[in-house]
Amino acid sequence: MSTYAPHPYMPSSTDDARDRMRAAVGVADVEELFEQIPASHRARQVIDLPDGVRSEAELERRLDDLLRVNRNADTDLSFLGAGLWPHHIPAVCDEIAGRNEFVTSVWGTPSSDLGRIQAWFEFASQLGALVEMDFVGLPVYSWGSAGGNAIRMAARLTGRTRVLVAESTDPERRRVMQTYAGLPGAERAIELVTLPYDRITGRIDLVAFEGLLDGTVAAVYLDCPNHLGVFESDAARIAELTHAVGAEVIVGVDPLSLGVIAPPSSYGADIVVGSVQPLGVPVSAGGGVGGFLATRDEERYAREFPTLQVSLTGTSTPGERAFGFTLFEQSSYGSREDGNDWTGNSVYLSMIRNTVYMALMGPQGFQEIGHTILGNAHAAARRIAEIDGVSVRFPDGFFKEFVVDFTATGKTVADINARLRAEGIFGGVDLSDDFADLGQSALYCVTEVHTEGDVDRLVRALRTAVSA
Amino acid sequence: MTRRPVRPYHSARWNEPVLFELGGPGRRGTVPPASWSDTDASSLIPAALRRTTAPELPELAEPEVQRHYLRLSQETLGMIGISLFGTCTMKYNPRIVERVVARPYLAEVHPLQDPSTMQGVLGVIHALEQQLSALSGMAAFTFQPGGGAAAAFTHACVTRAYHAARGEGEQRTQIITTAQSHPSSPSTAHAAGYEIITLPVEADGYPSVDALRAAVSDRTAALMVNNPDDMGIYNPHIKEWVEIVHEAGGLCFYDHANFNGVMTRLRAAELGFDACMFMLHKTFGGAKGGGGPAVGAYGCSEQLTPFLPGPRVERSDDGFTLVDPVGGIGRVREYLGNVPQIVAAHAWITAMGADGMREAADLSVLANNYMEHRLLQVRGVTKAFPQMGMRRLEMTRFSLETVAADTGVTVADIQNRMTDFGIDAFWMSHEPWIVPEPFTPEAGEGWSLEDIDYWIDVLAHVIDEAYETPELVRTAPHNQAVARVDGSGLDDPARWATTWRSSLRKQQKG
Repeated sequence: MSTYAPHPYMPSSTDDARDRMRAAVGVADVEELFEQIPASHRARQVIDLPDGVRSEAELERRLDDLLRVNRNADTDLSFLGAGLWPHHIPAVCDEIAGRNEFVTSVWGTPSSDLGRIQAWFEFASQLGALVEMDFVGLPVYSWGSAGGNAIRMAARLTGRTRVLVAESTDPERRRVMQTYAGLPGAERAIELVTLPYDRITGRIDLVAFEGLLDGTVAAVYLDCPNHLGVFESDAARIAELTHAVGAEVIVGVDPLSLGVIAPPSSYGADIVVGSVQPLGVPVSAGGGVGGFLATRDEERYAREFPTLQVSLTGTSTPGERAFGFTLFEQSSYGSREDGNDWTGNSVYLSMIRNTVYMALMGPQGFQEIGHTILGNAHAAARRIAEIDGVSVRFPDGFFKEFVVDFTATGKTVADINARLRAEGIFGGVDLSDDFADLGQSALYCVTEVHTEGDVDRLVRALRTAVSA
Repeated sequence: MTRRPVRPYHSARWNEPVLFELGGPGRRGTVPPASWSDTDASSLIPAALRRTTAPELPELAEPEVQRHYLRLSQETLGMIGISLFGTCTMKYNPRIVERVVARPYLAEVHPLQDPSTMQGVLGVIHALEQQLSALSGMAAFTFQPGGGAAAAFTHACVTRAYHAARGEGEQRTQIITTAQSHPSSPSTAHAAGYEIITLPVEADGYPSVDALRAAVSDRTAALMVNNPDDMGIYNPHIKEWVEIVHEAGGLCFYDHANFNGVMTRLRAAELGFDACMFMLHKTFGGAKGGGGPAVGAYGCSEQLTPFLPGPRVERSDDGFTLVDPVGGIGRVREYLGNVPQIVAAHAWITAMGADGMREAADLSVLANNYMEHRLLQVRGVTKAFPQMGMRRLEMTRFSLETVAADTGVTVADIQNRMTDFGIDAFWMSHEPWIVPEPFTPEAGEGWSLEDIDYWIDVLAHVIDEAYETPELVRTAPHNQAVARVDGSGLDDPARWATTWRSSLRKQQKG
């Protein structure tokens, strides 16, 4: 009957299985089972796709041929960051996140998928220790999504619809937050007001901030360090002023910085957001993004979370521990449009990488990697700044990214990066479009994966590029 | 098919402590490289922002961390058992994809690289866009949405931008959906600022044409609907629905989460839809991962293409380039989407082909009807909307109302007890339940007939237990990693604890 050879992904694609099922169901032809679909609804056009490649060897070769043309941080020396950073990923992260049980798990029950739910709780617990916040949701799609969720939480909490967003926020992330805020003028839309940065320090301009802040503001959003790499060392003052008008303080962080940098809760943040990517997740052409939301464990905040959350609890056996979902009813799964925003499949498998990463690092690992990154990045910045015509903007107070200004060389960043590319180097992210005030500047990222030799190679290539 | 006896099973049971109770002071799981610079790093942090106390993280050596998480993985059933979870079609995830996407040629690519250096990434995005366009008839796809709900949100945003561009943004304030549509349709539309009209399900398992006619008006912005729904019921008036909404000036979004049974037989664009959504992480062979990383591939007509989020991959004489559409909705998520899942979907479609996808649809529907034939012979199992007499597609909604009435054992009890035989939890229904004590298995094309038969055998066995030893079922599970979870304190602010530090604090208070 069949014209097909059995397919390796389909155990029942044999005549025997089909015959047994057809006989039980009582149809001669499978087509009879599609009786619900009117003839006029059927696809008129033949599906223009070739027959399947049933050989795995052939499929792998095709995928290899398609993808191996990609240059990457392995074939080339990369200084790209901007919220997606290169870090060493311990092998145990790969092993655990590759376990089939975790990879394929669907939803299960809290008892039969205990291990996965416990790992999720351990993710939230370790992240809570880093940010020093007691209430942590399961992750969301990205840092920008987390920021979007946070400003919407703040709008619900305050009943206000204006949010001040630092100009020094990654423009890519800002675009996501804008989408969450709503089309200007739309029903229940939130207005995002740009909070300028000081052109000398790279930090939020306090005078401008005080001018913009008033009782109509729902929240202030800032990143620390910000997109220009700079620490917002006035954050405590900003938080104090924000609270004085009854608004919420939302701070975005790189969790990998928190072994050495004060947690945002210590300087007044109410909602902490950030990326989970630096915690053991490969960049994967952008597939590595993921975000988190954390607050104090207060009902005021907990009841506005749009995410799912896992809580420690017991079982019917006295003394036995387990985990269940808390405040499920306020999610869109529980209450459709009456829930808080919406949730769905997110980046939960990344959570497995994150929890293993944090467990391996421990308090000392986070402190040491913070020091290593600071040392490497600042040393790299100093060496780059020695090149004629090249300077580092905001040379004090950055973490792993810094702004390199090429304006005085008379060359564009695009031109310099093209020359670097020819030498097998990916130069920093070009800021000249989004931050025109910075002239021909680029954002360089240096972490623990960059050796002194890597930086020397960059500096040599830059010298040639700017003088060419 | 006669019933066979069930096999004894027990989950791994490690009684594994929480991570924070493991390890000891000073232990190290990994050591980062020291800086090659001799700068005093602490001096590089503004005094106001220096961390003064170390984060309260556990301290474990590498093998301790590894074994802890290996044990937790063993206490996760996943798809190791038999998992016939209805809706969206969970399926076998070909392992070759995991191998390929871990290679540096994908894992170590940065999305801000110059497009000339990542033609493979852009090429695979373009190739998948072509494949999904062939399947749906849509003009373009974006893979930026990080899941099905994010694709629904994308549609709500595209709808907003489309009507605003036509000067009808303020007038069109309503989105219509159905009670059987996924919660992500009403919730995302509401988050985008719309008022929601939910049409109730009527006797045949879907809302009537008259109900839709009564709901549309010049305020209608869009219809967001799934079809078939998650009961395997296909609305035969869907073309008429689309016409009615179009006549009123609204857009039509097809939530194609339940695409598996109709693959290659239906094309969303031919039905008149303006946009559709596919789940790459389920229908197209990508892994579920317990909830992502996922992709809700959002496809649309030429008319809506200008409103898509950017950047878009375009083909030129010099290869693939990235273009930001002017007037588009911007970004729904940073960068290009979950590229590993895009590769997985492209690989799956390539491996299946038009022939394999047709066969998968056939087998899904055949297997479901086979299941239904057997399940309806099991004591106490009834079918939802029996008056709709036509064959269901790739899943059927059943009810255990009779069992519950006879024995007091609920569908959740039965679900728990089935895990005692290594059967992963079945899907019941989205909230609110319109069928009492619902359950919705879906076999798809990835399970053998023996697996399907065994699943039914276990259900029949557990229902027998419900009649004979109801307490055994009511107190299940008994063979799992832990006993039944006590949910009584989960919504109590004095008791919930989403972090270890919160739990310690509340215990001290308690």
